[in-house]
Amino acid sequence: MNGRLPPWVLVALLAVLLLLHNDIWFWTDARIVPGVGLPVGMVYHIAYCFAATGMLVLLVKHAWPAHIDDDDEEPSQ
Amino acid sequence: MTTLAIIIVYLVLVLLVGSLSHRLSRGTGEDYFVASRSIGPFFLLMSLFGTNMTAFAILGGSGEGYHKGIGVFALMPSISALVIPVVFFFIGTRVWALGKQHGYYTQIQFFRDRWDSNALGLLLFVVSIALLIPYLLIGVMGGGITLHNITSQAVPEWVGAALVTGVVFAYVCFGGMRGTAWANAFQTMVFMILGGITLFIIVHKMGGLSGAIAKVQATHPELLQRGPAEAGGKDLISPVRMLTYTCIPLSVGMFPHMFMHWLTAEKAAAFKKPLMFYPLCIAAVWIPSVLLGIFGAAEFEGLRGPQANYVLIRMIAKHAPTALAGLLCAGVFAAIMSSLDSQALSLGSMFTHDIVRHYGFHDRMSEKQQILFGRIFVFAVLAVTFVLAQVTERSIFRLGVWCFTGFASMFPVVLAALFWRRSTKVGAIASVATVIVLWVFFFSKGWTNPAYTVGMTGVMPVVVILAASAAAMVVGSLATRPPEAATVSKFFRD
Repeated sequence: MNGRLPPWVLVALLAVLLLLHNDIWFWTDARIVPGVGLPVGMVYHIAYCFAATGMLVLLVKHAWPAHIDDDDEEPSQ
Repeated sequence: MTTLAIIIVYLVLVLLVGSLSHRLSRGTGEDYFVASRSIGPFFLLMSLFGTNMTAFAILGGSGEGYHKGIGVFALMPSISALVIPVVFFFIGTRVWALGKQHGYYTQIQFFRDRWDSNALGLLLFVVSIALLIPYLLIGVMGGGITLHNITSQAVPEWVGAALVTGVVFAYVCFGGMRGTAWANAFQTMVFMILGGITLFIIVHKMGGLSGAIAKVQATHPELLQRGPAEAGGKDLISPVRMLTYTCIPLSVGMFPHMFMHWLTAEKAAAFKKPLMFYPLCIAAVWIPSVLLGIFGAAEFEGLRGPQANYVLIRMIAKHAPTALAGLLCAGVFAAIMSSLDSQALSLGSMFTHDIVRHYGFHDRMSEKQQILFGRIFVFAVLAVTFVLAQVTERSIFRLGVWCFTGFASMFPVVLAALFWRRSTKVGAIASVATVIVLWVFFFSKGWTNPAYTVGMTGVMPVVVILAASAAAMVVGSLATRPPEAATVSKFFRD
């Protein structure tokens, strides 16, 4: 495994994250989240953006398509 | 006058940044169109993100927030924060590798080679142009609307549109892709920082975040949720609509300008940090945009339909001091121009490489000729867009969604090209033809009715078109002879 998560785990996480986007449980909830000051439905989706970042970190670390990497040493900008 | 002066100073700064990049020009076609494939992670992130954030996010997002409340943040940005970088991960990195291996400058070159079909190349060229022009219109119209409103209608809309168009032409013309990437990086930082400052200042003037929210609770409590505020009421955004909207961000997989930016990366690893930071950038831009639209509902009653696209500008004009209003308005210009430049350059590149170079010169064109034709076509594209912007109906958000629907529906084409060896040109042509027919059908029904969904069920047309397009790809491919082994081996490792 080389310390890598198996592909099915990443696919399952991605699927769960896609499902979690549809937060019907907050649909008619206009409560303001204490300490944040915003409606709970908005705070949930701001947190979702952070979860998306976490998912991308996992993909990059555990599923990076190594065969397309190359060692081109041209200077970057 | 102060506002106008600040905006002009900002535009001069953008020109300077763009022209500085010209010093690094190598005078080749590859340098002009894909910056010699030398862009590192930071510029790649700023380019990819800045290109994707248009007036659609800044003006359209706040306009929709005004009408539909917090649900707008769930509807577009939060799902985009996941789907867009995932598309970059699976599609963008592989496109980059093939582009570098085969020397591609445009999306059409890749698809034409992949299925060895000029007909498919031409078909995709026409469809991409037809869908991209409305997207360009969003930017040019946004520039006009912004300047017109921030100057209390003193400056006609066509002046703002002309300024945006002219400045973008100047730095794209001289700097090519490198100028575009540099200007994008500068402008993306400007609109991200100024977006946060705008939110802070306006919220402060409204009595802090709790004060602003209290005003909305008192006047439009329904905007703080997605479902009906009272029993028997209607959803502002239905759950089915939100679920099916998930398909819209797939459009980035087929945007010609995103394709072109992928090709500029210096190496595959340059994608890693942009992928990880992209979702946070989306949140940073859309949170102020949607919140200011919602807060605007408490301050400006009765804006109907597209009139709400002005709400952010009105909030700036009302709450920010004159000098700051100019800066904030420059931030809106930054978002607009950072997309317009890439779109114009990608169209210029397509005309140059996919038509003139491929058919007129049979792929024998000098470096100087490539750059000259690129500049001529960038000018032509921007000039046509400017003229169209003067005569087009203006609902920025609606224009954007229809454009995205078309590109997202063609997603099976890029997916099959990269991952399905058995796919054929007939399958790809059938897929694109299906998109054309169904897109025209749904557009004719939905354009005059912004609330239109398939059978009024809440299902977005993109879902139906995408499913039909995928089915056409599969059926068309399986019903025809498998592609030549020599062609397939160019694109797949054993």
